[in-house]
Amino acid sequence: MILSEASVSKIKEKAARYPRKKSAILPALTVAYRQLGYVDEEVYRAISQVIGVPYVEIAEAATFYTMFPKKPRGRYLIQVCHNISCALLGADSLIGYLEEKLGIQKGETTEDDLFTLISVECLGSCSTAPMMQVNDDFYENLTREKVDGILQELKGKA
Amino acid sequence: MTFYSPVITNAADAAKDDRLHLFKYVEDPDQYKIATYEAHGGYKAWKKVMGGMTPQQVTDEVKKSGLRGRGGAGFPTGMKWGFVPKDSPKPRYLCCNADESEPGTCKDRVLMERDPHGVIEGMAIASYAIGCHLMFIYIRGEFGHCIERMEQAMDEAYAKGHLGKNIYGSGYDLEMIVHTGGGAYICGEETALLNSVEGERGMSRIRPPFPAVEGLYACPTIVNNVESLASVPHIINHGGDWYASLGTEKSKGTKIFSLSGHVRKPGNYEVEMGFNLKKMIYDPAYGNGILGDKKLKGVIPGGASTPFLTPDQIDVGLDYESLQTIGSMLGSGAIIVFHEDTCIVWTILKLIHFFRHESCGKCTPCREGTGWLEQIIKRIEEGGGQPGDVEKIDDICGNILGRTICPLGDAAVMPIQSAIKHWREEWQYHIEHKECLVKTKFEFK
Repeated sequence: MILSEASVSKIKEKAARYPRKKSAILPALTVAYRQLGYVDEEVYRAISQVIGVPYVEIAEAATFYTMFPKKPRGRYLIQVCHNISCALLGADSLIGYLEEKLGIQKGETTEDDLFTLISVECLGSCSTAPMMQVNDDFYENLTREKVDGILQELKGKA
Repeated sequence: MTFYSPVITNAADAAKDDRLHLFKYVEDPDQYKIATYEAHGGYKAWKKVMGGMTPQQVTDEVKKSGLRGRGGAGFPTGMKWGFVPKDSPKPRYLCCNADESEPGTCKDRVLMERDPHGVIEGMAIASYAIGCHLMFIYIRGEFGHCIERMEQAMDEAYAKGHLGKNIYGSGYDLEMIVHTGGGAYICGEETALLNSVEGERGMSRIRPPFPAVEGLYACPTIVNNVESLASVPHIINHGGDWYASLGTEKSKGTKIFSLSGHVRKPGNYEVEMGFNLKKMIYDPAYGNGILGDKKLKGVIPGGASTPFLTPDQIDVGLDYESLQTIGSMLGSGAIIVFHEDTCIVWTILKLIHFFRHESCGKCTPCREGTGWLEQIIKRIEEGGGQPGDVEKIDDICGNILGRTICPLGDAAVMPIQSAIKHWREEWQYHIEHKECLVKTKFEFK
């Protein structure tokens, strides 16, 4: 089983609260993604076993949503909002700056697997633009100086 | 985990102005804790309801308040609750819609992060009004901080007996589930949200049947926005008449506006309905004017799906009717301001990219049409515009509008149609000269 014991018990605990087991698909995918950093066919199969829902129904749901990528990404997933409110305050130049600092293009992962850079749709930080999300954390009202500091801190933690 | 959104609020105004209730304590760093929430009068409304109000009395009070949905549609909340069939033998469900993702909108997040118990209390009261014993909050998956805050608040509410079995000895049981999404704007549309809770792809459903009759698991279900539900405890505490005394004749109460874009002081501001848009943008207490003393070019008043306003239109009240009168909408209350250096084609490309990406793909006009629109608009933006492009865009828009199951199709085209109406010459210039009339180049600091 690719899912850890902790993940399995967490999924079961969540699943038990729903009136129908199919509702546990998204919570299960979320738990699996948090453990593995990706969710592929092998994981769909494991979830199917744990919650007792056919494989195809897991796959059907998982492939609709953006948060369950099939392939692992860098240790730090940098998601930059490129929608209108952030764009008005320079989101495109923020993406360019990150590309330059990390030496990769949008959509790529650094060679040391530390950073993956992508741009995404609105993350609900419109009044604190521009912003980026690194794994779970939001970084808002970004400036070049702040971005430098954040990247340095993340590299230091690695 | 970084919990606190650094967004500016007008909590200081709310602290000394009793009309402003949603933001009264949002700058108190402990407001998310149940002890602080209770010390500020929290769960008093829920106790009042449990202490002897009938579901009908609760619904009547909310009807009397005139509260309308704060997620974008503006449908009267109490009336919506009233659509749940009284004689249905099926269980009923409440889903709080916390899938906040309309570009420009960042208000529900603040309520969840900073005042999560206010949301839970509102959900509980609404649940009781419709006879629901299991309520959900659907939070977009990216809001890890909100999810943690809401789960923590839910655990506290259970521990203190505000949720669970036999609440306050009333015999009423109420359970709560925090359900998280997977990254899809469409799940903020209520029928797509219900599919998503059921473990399906987040695609919208044909109505009727409406969710109030056949929603989650084909049972009567009410879906309400976070801000709508957070308003409910205040309506119960102070009375529907009090709430109805705020705002305008038809748009009652207060509303949180998310102000973003080219203003000096972007932020979340709670004001009475009908507040003047121009004041919101220019008053030092709110937007404090346009960045870099530039000239205002346009405003999107209610989130990325609402038609643009031009500078001569902004002396208008921020309420459902006033904005409708001038051809736009209040939407979610997300005011996006842009100044003279903003190319309209560039702006529309940003918007249509979003809607093309977020179209669930169920209805052909929206799935194909948003793709065509993005392709054409991108071509124009990159200097490949052709004569007749504007007419083609207009034509595609007309063939999406009103031809889809859910409002995403309409949402995608209404800003485009208004942008062509207001700035047709700029589109033509872009096509003829293969470049922007104004050079858009926004650098972050």
